[in-house]
Amino acid sequence: MIELFFGKYHYWIYIALMMIGFYAMIAKENLIKKIIGMNIFQTAVFLFYISAGKVRGGTAPILWEKAVLYDNPLPHTLMLTGIVVSVSTTAVAFAIVIKIYREYGTIEEDKILGLAEGERFREENPAPPVP
Amino acid sequence: MLDLLLLLFLVVCAIAAVSLKDLLSVTIILGAYSLIMALVWTRLNAVDVAFTEASVGAGMTTLLAIAALTRTKRMEEGGTMGKKASAARRAFIFAAVILTAVMLIYGTMDMPDFEDPLAPMQTHVAPRYTAKSYEEAGVPNFVTAVLANYRGYDTLGETTVIFTSGISVILLLRRRKK
Amino acid sequence: MKDQIIIRTVSRILIPFIQLFALYVIAHGDLSPGGGFQGGVIIGSSIILYVIVFGIEEGRRRMPEKINDVLNSTGVLIYAGVGVLCLVSGGAYLQYSKLPLGSEHTASHLGIYGIEIGVAITVSAVMMTIFFETAGKNDD
Repeated sequence: MIELFFGKYHYWIYIALMMIGFYAMIAKENLIKKIIGMNIFQTAVFLFYISAGKVRGGTAPILWEKAVLYDNPLPHTLMLTGIVVSVSTTAVAFAIVIKIYREYGTIEEDKILGLAEGERFREENPAPPVP
Repeated sequence: MLDLLLLLFLVVCAIAAVSLKDLLSVTIILGAYSLIMALVWTRLNAVDVAFTEASVGAGMTTLLAIAALTRTKRMEEGGTMGKKASAARRAFIFAAVILTAVMLIYGTMDMPDFEDPLAPMQTHVAPRYTAKSYEEAGVPNFVTAVLANYRGYDTLGETTVIFTSGISVILLLRRRKK
Repeated sequence: MKDQIIIRTVSRILIPFIQLFALYVIAHGDLSPGGGFQGGVIIGSSIILYVIVFGIEEGRRRMPEKINDVLNSTGVLIYAGVGVLCLVSGGAYLQYSKLPLGSEHTASHLGIYGIEIGVAITVSAVMMTIFFETAGKNDD
């Protein structure tokens, strides 16, 4: 039981980080807070994969004549792609938030939903013409 | 020991970033989070990834967040789960988070131990990459060899994703000259 | 911030060195940590530093909008172009060893260089574009 804990507690800390980001994404109502939560979640996932690729006694994956064992280079490559995709998604998300602010004047989710409901209601029931 | 200290610092930074209301402070804390993350990756021998995270996470994401919150509001207005939410919504959110955490922890019970050299992940295709990458690709850096030669299509897709995000931002935010 | 003499002088001296370091990182991507992405982001950050210190109009004067739009797509064109060049030389798409540039070892190495240059151009231009668009005053 104790050696189960010592072998795996790293993974549980990464899961705690993922849950903090997940909580920020679903519980907060400010749109920028949600995007920041998504960013924390993404970096925690990258940490999880890269730590799964580490080997006891291995060095960095660059050719070196004194090295005996190398780390696995495959997770490094995939997570490099992931970091770049993460920054692209964050940039487009911020651009959409700026556009929403220009259109509705607020970035709190409940107020935006209320305003959008009001617009939709007015579109479906237009006011009768003034006699 | 140093690893554990850095990881606990990461958790503290994340909790602080999620609970503060002043979004400018949150951005600065997120910059510190990225930097400590780059240090953790250097301790795990992932030097290419640490370089990218330090330049992209602590550089670009902080700048974009500050630019975005200059154009919108700086302070978050309440609305955190404490004040206005009903008890049903609070219970649902706690249940979702705890259920996901339990499922993930149950999933890690089957995983190989941390730093195990006989894990299936280290014995499938990675020995071929480290043994033959210098003759087949011609570069000493294994990560660049895998990125540009063995998995070149993925890198082409990634460059297209960056290009698409640049075009999307232009289409959303640029004023047409009339 | 352009009326603070310390910030103005220090950034004027440092920005060429930052760009030189970025070129070093791109060129030595094969031998040490680095590569196209990291160097491209560092070049983009140097221009963003210039914009933060001297203002957006001054920054747009140095990097005009039309050149920025063309550079966005040049990098992807170079990357895909290297692949098509490999097709024309008789191999599969993106099979660098068939390029007619010497031995297979050398051709593979030079193909990877070409790709890194393409990626660096696109990444730096897109980082500049995103910053100019989100930070510029585009209100009605």
